[in-house]
Amino acid sequence: MWLLDDEYRKKVALAEMLKGGVIMDVTNVEQAKIAEDAGAVSVMALERIPADIRRDGGVARMSDPLLIREIQESVTIPVMAKCRIGHFAEAQILESLEVDFIDESEVLTPADEKYHIDKWPFKVPFVCGCRNLGEALRRIAEGAALIRTKGEPGTGNIIEAVRHMRSVQTEIKRIRSLGNEELVDLGKTLGAPVELIRNLKEIGKLPVPNFAAGGVATPADASLMMQLGAETVFVGSGIYKSDNPAARAQAIVHATTHYMDPDEVAKASEGIGVAMKGLEIESIPEAERMQERGW
Amino acid sequence: MQIGILALQGDFELHQTTLNRLEVKSTLIRKPSQLVDCDGLIIPGGESTTLVKLLRNIELIAPIRHFATHRPIFGTCAGSILLATEIANHSMETLGLIEATIERNAYGRQIDSFIYTLQLNLNDKKYEFEGVFIRAPEIKSVGQDVKVLGVVSGQSEGENIVLAENDQILIATFHPELTQDDLVHRYFIDKVRTKSKN
Repeated sequence: MWLLDDEYRKKVALAEMLKGGVIMDVTNVEQAKIAEDAGAVSVMALERIPADIRRDGGVARMSDPLLIREIQESVTIPVMAKCRIGHFAEAQILESLEVDFIDESEVLTPADEKYHIDKWPFKVPFVCGCRNLGEALRRIAEGAALIRTKGEPGTGNIIEAVRHMRSVQTEIKRIRSLGNEELVDLGKTLGAPVELIRNLKEIGKLPVPNFAAGGVATPADASLMMQLGAETVFVGSGIYKSDNPAARAQAIVHATTHYMDPDEVAKASEGIGVAMKGLEIESIPEAERMQERGW
Repeated sequence: MQIGILALQGDFELHQTTLNRLEVKSTLIRKPSQLVDCDGLIIPGGESTTLVKLLRNIELIAPIRHFATHRPIFGTCAGSILLATEIANHSMETLGLIEATIERNAYGRQIDSFIYTLQLNLNDKKYEFEGVFIRAPEIKSVGQDVKVLGVVSGQSEGENIVLAENDQILIATFHPELTQDDLVHRYFIDKVRTKSKN
């Protein structure tokens, strides 16, 4: 099936290389270097971290190409950048800049209330967020080569990422136990192509890597998400809204590598200063929750 | 026989899947002590900059160098960078276990990643192999004790080396673990088997 298409395999292959690592938001060259020194596997170049986007309000858009270029020139690890949901012209610009991954992200203000980008014509791979399996499979059907939880970005509160990861994992477990006759009907309920559901039943996992994002603030958060089935962790506000970003960045990398080893996660958590204050999800009006963007 | 797979970061699970398919026992390596029971080691693809830092943090560099004095190591993509003695376009510490000069991201960024049919020469037999190159490095030159096992027609000048070995070390700039073909892994297992007999 189309999952075996060579163009698609190359895209998923890069996601495979990022496994077991930490992808860090960076807003300038200095932060990009801190991230690379801390052991990040990739950086996400953007103008403002989610916590600041939330604070500032207004329309959040793709970053200035100049900023992206500067960051590309300052590090050797892959550079990702975000475009608005449905904004394929922004995605075309990011492809022309030769970013290594495009994040069609709910952190920015959506540009299309009905359609996500058709990601197949692009040579650069896409990562997309999800809250549940149906959303994950719809994004894969559109050509996403990597899936991440949405969580609730910029909050430093892990509860939403946990909810989304658990939801995906529970659905996968359920599908594995279903009979083949149940799959078409499930496709209707999930709003996802039945070929992808069949494939999922057969291989027991998503056909692309599944990462965690949205609310990671501590080494323990990273370990938690990895133990729940995430294969890599995205961190942004959690680093820069803490009082020692460099130390915290390094600690989160260490905890991600050794997520199954509590002694190492404990060591990583020691003396790295105060974590970001964080937000209760209930304190954010529903209309302002980023995870509600996209469908 | 048991093969260790360095599991600090990267596509280590895909190597394990390949070894499982070959019914070879494997174990994931995250600490120096775990190397003890291994007859060979695989360093997977991933981000070489990241992998070097993680190796240093967990103090695995000296133990792997020691391991290489009596056991074979196979590095793919980032793994090949880590094993080479010299990096052409970047100053970084490596394990330096095979005399080779490697250029990182030699073909460009992700948009330049490619899949290409390679001609490999293993044990004096020719094989076709599907080479998956992801932000791949390029082996520019190798030392006298290093045997070239595969080349790809370069986009720049002439042929580029993609698979090479010395007595202990095997390096590939592509990702055999991303294909269903076990040829290169089998070649490495044979190398391990020969060494553990000695």
